[in-house]
Amino acid sequence: MKHTVLWRSAIFVAGCAVAGAVQAQDAPVATDATPAPPVAQSTPLQSTPAPTMPVNRAPARMSDPVMELTADHSKFAILKGPFASGPEVTAACLSCHTEAGNQVMHSVHWTWDYENPATGQRLGKAHELNAFCGNVASNEVRCTSCHVGYGWDDVRHPAPEDPTRVDCLVCHDTSGQYAKQDNLAGNPPLDPVKEGSKTITGAKATAVDLVKAAMSVGEPSRENCGNCHFYGGGGDNVKHGDLSSALFDPPRSVDVHMSKDGANFTCEACHVSDKHVLAGSRYNTDVAEAHAEMMKPGADRTTANCTSCHTDEPHKGPNPLIAMKLNDHTDRVACQSCHIPEFARGGVATKTYWDWSTAGKTKDGKAYSEEEFVQSDGKHLHTYLTIKGDFKWGENVVPYYAWSNGVMTYTLPEEVIDPTEVVEINKIGGEPGAPDARIFPFKQMVGKQAYDQERNVLLYNHVYGPGDGSALWSYYDWEKSLKAGMDYVGLPYSGKFGFVDTHMYWPITHMVAPKEDALRCESCHAQDGRLANVAGIYMPGAGIGIGGKLGLVVFLMAAMGVAGHGLLRLVGGKKGGRHG
Amino acid sequence: MAEHYVKVYTRFNRLWHWSQVVSIMLLFFTGARLLGLHQLIPFGLAVMVHTVVALALLLLWAFATFWLFTTGGWRQFIPRLQGMVKVARYYAFGVFKGEEHPYHKTYERRHNPLQAAAYFALKMALFPAIWISGLAYLSYGFWDGADVQALWLTLVANIHVLAAFAIAAFVVIHIYLLTIGHGFREHVQPMITGYDKVELTPEAEAYLGQKGLLKD
Repeated sequence: MKHTVLWRSAIFVAGCAVAGAVQAQDAPVATDATPAPPVAQSTPLQSTPAPTMPVNRAPARMSDPVMELTADHSKFAILKGPFASGPEVTAACLSCHTEAGNQVMHSVHWTWDYENPATGQRLGKAHELNAFCGNVASNEVRCTSCHVGYGWDDVRHPAPEDPTRVDCLVCHDTSGQYAKQDNLAGNPPLDPVKEGSKTITGAKATAVDLVKAAMSVGEPSRENCGNCHFYGGGGDNVKHGDLSSALFDPPRSVDVHMSKDGANFTCEACHVSDKHVLAGSRYNTDVAEAHAEMMKPGADRTTANCTSCHTDEPHKGPNPLIAMKLNDHTDRVACQSCHIPEFARGGVATKTYWDWSTAGKTKDGKAYSEEEFVQSDGKHLHTYLTIKGDFKWGENVVPYYAWSNGVMTYTLPEEVIDPTEVVEINKIGGEPGAPDARIFPFKQMVGKQAYDQERNVLLYNHVYGPGDGSALWSYYDWEKSLKAGMDYVGLPYSGKFGFVDTHMYWPITHMVAPKEDALRCESCHAQDGRLANVAGIYMPGAGIGIGGKLGLVVFLMAAMGVAGHGLLRLVGGKKGGRHG
Repeated sequence: MAEHYVKVYTRFNRLWHWSQVVSIMLLFFTGARLLGLHQLIPFGLAVMVHTVVALALLLLWAFATFWLFTTGGWRQFIPRLQGMVKVARYYAFGVFKGEEHPYHKTYERRHNPLQAAAYFALKMALFPAIWISGLAYLSYGFWDGADVQALWLTLVANIHVLAAFAIAAFVVIHIYLLTIGHGFREHVQPMITGYDKVELTPEAEAYLGQKGLLKD
């Protein structure tokens, strides 16, 4: 590998030298040191082309269009390949960007390891359990297909400490044809591509052109982020609910920030990066930023929340009184609660329920599926799969609201659970009314997951592993799957398993609707409104309290008294006395 | 002593009364919406109308209080026990037998003792309860930091609603009592024209006549 780097560096240096020589020959007037003589000005710069060069590797000149970036990667000889693998491309990248690999290896994108400073819990995909496929361990090559690296096939150990194993292209390719295959531990499909292979977005895998990808590199676009994040959980919008392929090119009604008719943001407009670490976390979400004025774009590189741009007094009018009243809400209610009235908008449904306990049923010994859910575009989505169990889907889903300070506490492996209760895979932190907490919208994922009936702990399941004799998705046998999963991570397993009800919560923060679609007051200020089950608030409009009941008694007594008095006067036949 | 039509309600007095009628009705209507008792208008509109009308009414009350104290009109509202039992007995029994109302309006005391006591309670207890709790409610944004669990807000809101219902009860009785005696129209008339039939001593008659406050 080292030799490759050296060899490529040599090519690069040679290429630059050649380019410099060509430039010196063809463009004698363009040297910076010499002031241009008057004659030179009469010579149009356009008339000094370099027709002999197949690729213009020369630095841009005044006559060239001004580019966004300071480097046009198509001009670098080292990126012309040929490349036999992803790591070879990365080696070329690292020959200039010497520190980039190390930066990436210090990000959660690489480590899948996160120690929550608020709870001390060790989280990250490599460690936690979720309410979808459960666990990465023992299912690596499938799960790590979305890892920002190449070939991490065992998450019991940290990702390989080798900067050339970082996948630069997955984030920086702009050619649009680079993709990761869904079962190669992060590697792209290369010739020869196995028949029936798919990419991580579920598309048919075709061999990627690594040279084309390498020469195209630029800033990450929403395609780069979306190809992994929109397909979390194994399919379009399956996991998050507010991150779907609808966001590649959303109408304004789906996302004001990302729509071409809106702000046309890339993901990084909010998820600002520093040293290849991106702002924003679902483990420790920034729900309450008290110093909005310091969070203007560009001023701070560690935040990704609404108030960074909008401040905590975002409502200006047209009616100043209503604006003031709305601004009164911002210390209790997260912006997202009103401005994302529903998630899974834009025509892509999300999974809301996953019952693993029914997995394994076969028809005539064969796996089968049912597609009972019809998405708004007419597409049928699976509601039963032999390999996975029963599902429910939702489109335009009303969120679950809860006080949150952004800190999620997970039910980790080996944590004793109470199987008679619903197990919260992650508990939402935050006290009602606390200054650091807001009422925040969540996707509530409901599930039934395997647990050890004797040890009362959640179990690792081994689902992916064609040909190994134990993977659930190949052999439909829970006994073997769970034993293999627990053996893999080296944890004890009684052999007796059951399924426990679980809830998991996903913060909803994308798909911000246009202001005209924000929730109306009545959505919450009503009997059984959206926040009916949220503690620590007084909700005008939700019905009368003790004062109202007492008052009503007083009022009714008066009304009845008057009615009775009037009736008696009528019965007595007297309109009433007269003054003297 | 003879009865005369005397101008008992000045223009400001009438303006004050009818502005109160309109604003209190609007406050009842919008307040009931905010409480969730009806959905005839949007919640946000109800918040706005309720707030603006309440602030306007507070301004009016400030003027009215100033007016009462500068004109001496406040004396009309001082409660007194004298004659109270008679009036109470009248409403409890006499009125059914067609007896005459025991109280005779004078220029200085338009209200009978029971009426005066009711107005006094309204002005000294119910109105302050409604506007103090209302202002506290309205300014919640300034003190909610000290009210983490929204307990104080709950208290304030409940006091506000209780006071509102009590005022509504007052309004019901107030309107009903207009039907006793000369009748509804005759009782409403003075608050429109300003003139009411009041017993006057010859001296008062001469004085008021000179000031042009007598109609006949």
